[in-house]
Amino acid sequence: MLSRTASNLYWIGRFMERAEFTTRLLEATIRLSALTRASGNASEHSVWQGALAVVGAAESFAEKHEALTPSAVNRYLALAEENRNSVRSCIFAARDNARAARAAITREAWEAINRAYLDIRSRSGLGGIQATMAFLETLTADTRGFEGALSRMLRSEAYWFMQLGSVIERGDNTARLLDVKYYLLLPEGEHVGGTLDREQWTTILHTVSARNAYRLLYREALKPWLVADLLILRREMPRSLAACARETVELMTELSSNSGRQGEADRMARKRLSQFDGLEINRIFQSGLHEFLRRFISENVAQDQTIAQQFRFS
Amino acid sequence: MATRNAFDELWGRSEGKEARPGFEALEKWLSETAGTELDRRQQAAESAFRSLGITFSVYGEDEAAERIIPFDIIPRVFSQSEWTALSAGLEQRVQAINAFIDDVYGDRKIIADGVVPAEIVLANSQYCLQAAGFRPPHGIYAHICGIDLVRTGPDEFYVLEDNARTPSGVSYMLENREAMLRLCPELFDLLPVQPIDTYPDQLREMLFSVAPSAIRDPVCVLLTPGHFNSAFYEHSFLADNMGIELVEGSDLEVDDDIVWMRTTDGPVRVDVIYRRVDDAFLDPLLFNPESMLGVPGLMAAYLKGNVTIVNAPGTGIADDKAIYSYMPEIVRYYAGEDPKLPNVETWRCREPQALSYVLEHLGEMVVKLVDGSGGYGMLVGPTASRSEIRRFREALKAEPHRYIAQPTLALSTVPTLTDKGIVPRHVDFRPFVLSGGNGVTIVPGGLTRVALRKGSLVVNSSQGGGTKDSFILGPRGDGG
Repeated sequence: MLSRTASNLYWIGRFMERAEFTTRLLEATIRLSALTRASGNASEHSVWQGALAVVGAAESFAEKHEALTPSAVNRYLALAEENRNSVRSCIFAARDNARAARAAITREAWEAINRAYLDIRSRSGLGGIQATMAFLETLTADTRGFEGALSRMLRSEAYWFMQLGSVIERGDNTARLLDVKYYLLLPEGEHVGGTLDREQWTTILHTVSARNAYRLLYREALKPWLVADLLILRREMPRSLAACARETVELMTELSSNSGRQGEADRMARKRLSQFDGLEINRIFQSGLHEFLRRFISENVAQDQTIAQQFRFS
Repeated sequence: MATRNAFDELWGRSEGKEARPGFEALEKWLSETAGTELDRRQQAAESAFRSLGITFSVYGEDEAAERIIPFDIIPRVFSQSEWTALSAGLEQRVQAINAFIDDVYGDRKIIADGVVPAEIVLANSQYCLQAAGFRPPHGIYAHICGIDLVRTGPDEFYVLEDNARTPSGVSYMLENREAMLRLCPELFDLLPVQPIDTYPDQLREMLFSVAPSAIRDPVCVLLTPGHFNSAFYEHSFLADNMGIELVEGSDLEVDDDIVWMRTTDGPVRVDVIYRRVDDAFLDPLLFNPESMLGVPGLMAAYLKGNVTIVNAPGTGIADDKAIYSYMPEIVRYYAGEDPKLPNVETWRCREPQALSYVLEHLGEMVVKLVDGSGGYGMLVGPTASRSEIRRFREALKAEPHRYIAQPTLALSTVPTLTDKGIVPRHVDFRPFVLSGGNGVTIVPGGLTRVALRKGSLVVNSSQGGGTKDSFILGPRGDGG
C-alpha cells in the first residue's frame, strides 16, 4: 500500500474516533450540567471547564476571551472552525483524508463520512438545548454509521490502518478523560463523596458509553475505584487502556504478517501491553493514578510516532 | 432559435407527433410514466450522487465549492445500426490519430508529402520536442480518446473535437448507468440496452497491454494531481474499479531512470502510469519547474522505455484545433479511404480568405480559441450580444491565428425533464475509445451532455450543462 494512503487511512481512524468521543463528551456534559445546576453556578462552570480540559482545549478557549458559558463551550467543541479539534474540524479532516484515500475505502465507508460532513457542514449554530441534543444525536448516528461501514470492510491493510488510528486515538481519549477527573476516582475504602461525585463517575461512563458494561461486569453500585478498574484494566471493555494496548498489538501483528516485516512500532506495542500483565488497580492508586495516566498519554504519542516512521507516513 | 429546426432524436422532425421507427418503446415509457414520478427519481439520483461525492469544482470559483453535475433521468437512445456506423467511424479516426502522432514524432512523412503544413505541427505549442524520436510500445500514443460528436440529422454525425490528452467524463457514463439501473429498472426490460460495466476491465487490460516489453505482471498506477482537482472523483473511481493504486506525484520517485512508488513495504517498481495530469506538470525537470504535481526524472525514465505513460506525452498535437481542421486529410492519408465521420466545416482564421468570410458572418458562427477548452473563450454568434460580437471582431483582427470558426449547427435535441415539463434540449456525445496492444475497443456507450438552458448549444458542465445516460441498443428489438 502507498505510504501516503496508509497515513490517510490512519488519520481517518483517528479523526472519526475523536469526533465521536467529543460528541459523547458533549452529550454527557450537558446531562451533568443539568444535574449540577441546582448546586449553583460555580459547579456548573467547573463542569464545562472540565469538558474543555478533557479534549485539551482549555487554553485555546481561554485565548478567545469569551465568557465560559455552556453554549459557548458547546459551540467551541462542536462547530468552531478555529478549534482544530472541534467535531466539525475532525469530520472535515477525516473527509479530506477519505477523499485522498477514496480508492482504498469502501463506498459505504466513504458515504458514512460524507454524510457526517454534509450534516455538519450546513450547521452554523447549535440552537437551544433541545436542538443541540438532537444534533448531537445525529452526529452520534453518523459516527456509528461509519463504525458499521468499517466493520463490514475486507480485513486487509486498509481496514487495519484505519483501526490502528482509531485505537491509538481511543486510548488517548480514555486516558485524558480519566486524568481530568482523577481526583474524583478514589481508591477502595476511601470516603465516597456526595451525589455530585457519583454523577461525575456516571458522566465518565456515559462518555465512553460504558454504563451497561459497568453493571454487567461488577453487579454492584457505582464505586469510583471500579470505574477506574473498568476503564484502565478490563480487557472486555474496548475503550479501556489495556484493551487499546492489546488491540494495538493485534493490529500491528496483522500488518506485519502481511508484509513479513516488523519494526520499532511492533516492539513498542508489545512492551506497552506487557505493562498491563498482572497489574491491579490498587497498585496503580498506590503509585499515583495521575502519574500513571500521564505516562500512558506520553507513551501513546511515542507509539504514534513510531508507527509513522515504520510505515513511512511522511 | 436553434431548437426549432433541430432534429429530435426521439421525434425526428414530427414535432412530437410520432416517434421515430424503433423508438416507440421509449416513447411509450415516457408517456406512461407520470411526470411527478420522473421528478422523484431524478431527485433520488441527484441526492445519491451528492452522497457519493460525485462532484466537480468550477475553475475560478472557491476551490471548496463542490457541485454535482445535473443529471437528467430521460435516457438518450441509439439504435444498434446507428452505433455500428458510429463505432466504425470512431475506430478509423482514432487509428488515424495514432498514426499521425507516430508520424510527426517519427519520420514526419505527412509533412514531407505536403498534407499538413510543417509550421502548424512543429511550431505548435502542443508539439512536445522531447518526445520526438521515441516510439512507445506498439506505436500507440493516444491510448484513451474521448471523441466529441454532434448530430444534426438521422445519419448526420460530426466530430466536434478529438480529446486525445486526458479526456474525462467516463465515470459519469458509468455512474449514470448505475443510477438508471436502480431508478428505472423497467426500462431495461423494455429496451435491449448493451452493458457498459466492462469499461474498467477493458481499461485495465489496455494498460497491461502497453507495458514495456518483457514485463510479465506489470504494475500500473493512476497518477492524479490530487484530491483538490475537479476530476478527482473520476480518478479515484477508476483506480478503485481497476484495482490499481491512485498515486500523486509525491508518491513516485525516479532512481536510475526507473520509477518507484513509496509504499508501506518500501519501494515498488512502476511499469505503466495512467496519468491524469497535463504534460506541463509531468516532470518539473523538463516542463514546468514550478510544478509540485510532477515527478522529477519521469520523462527520462519514459524515454529510456522503462515506463509507459498513458496517454503518451505530446498527444496534444492531435487534438489541437488548428490540427483538427486538417483531420479529414489526415484520416484519408493514413486510412487510404474517406473519413467515415466528417468534421464540422471549419474556417482557419489564420488564412486571410477564411478570416474575411468569418468576419462577414460573425453573427451566424461559432468562434473558438485554437487552444481553448471547456466552453471558455468561445463566441456563439446567434446567441451573442452585440458587444460580445464586437469584442470578438477586434480579437479576430488582432490575432487571427488564435481562432477557428464553424457554422452554428442545429444540434439534435433529446427530450429532457425540466421544471417546465419534458422539453427538447440540445445534446452532444462523447464515446471513449481505447487503443492498446490488442487493437481498438469501444464500450457501447458514452457520455451525453445536455444544454439545460432553453435554446443553448453549450453543453459544458462549467457552463450549466448536465448529463444523461446513453443507451446503445443490442440485437433484440432494434429498429434503427
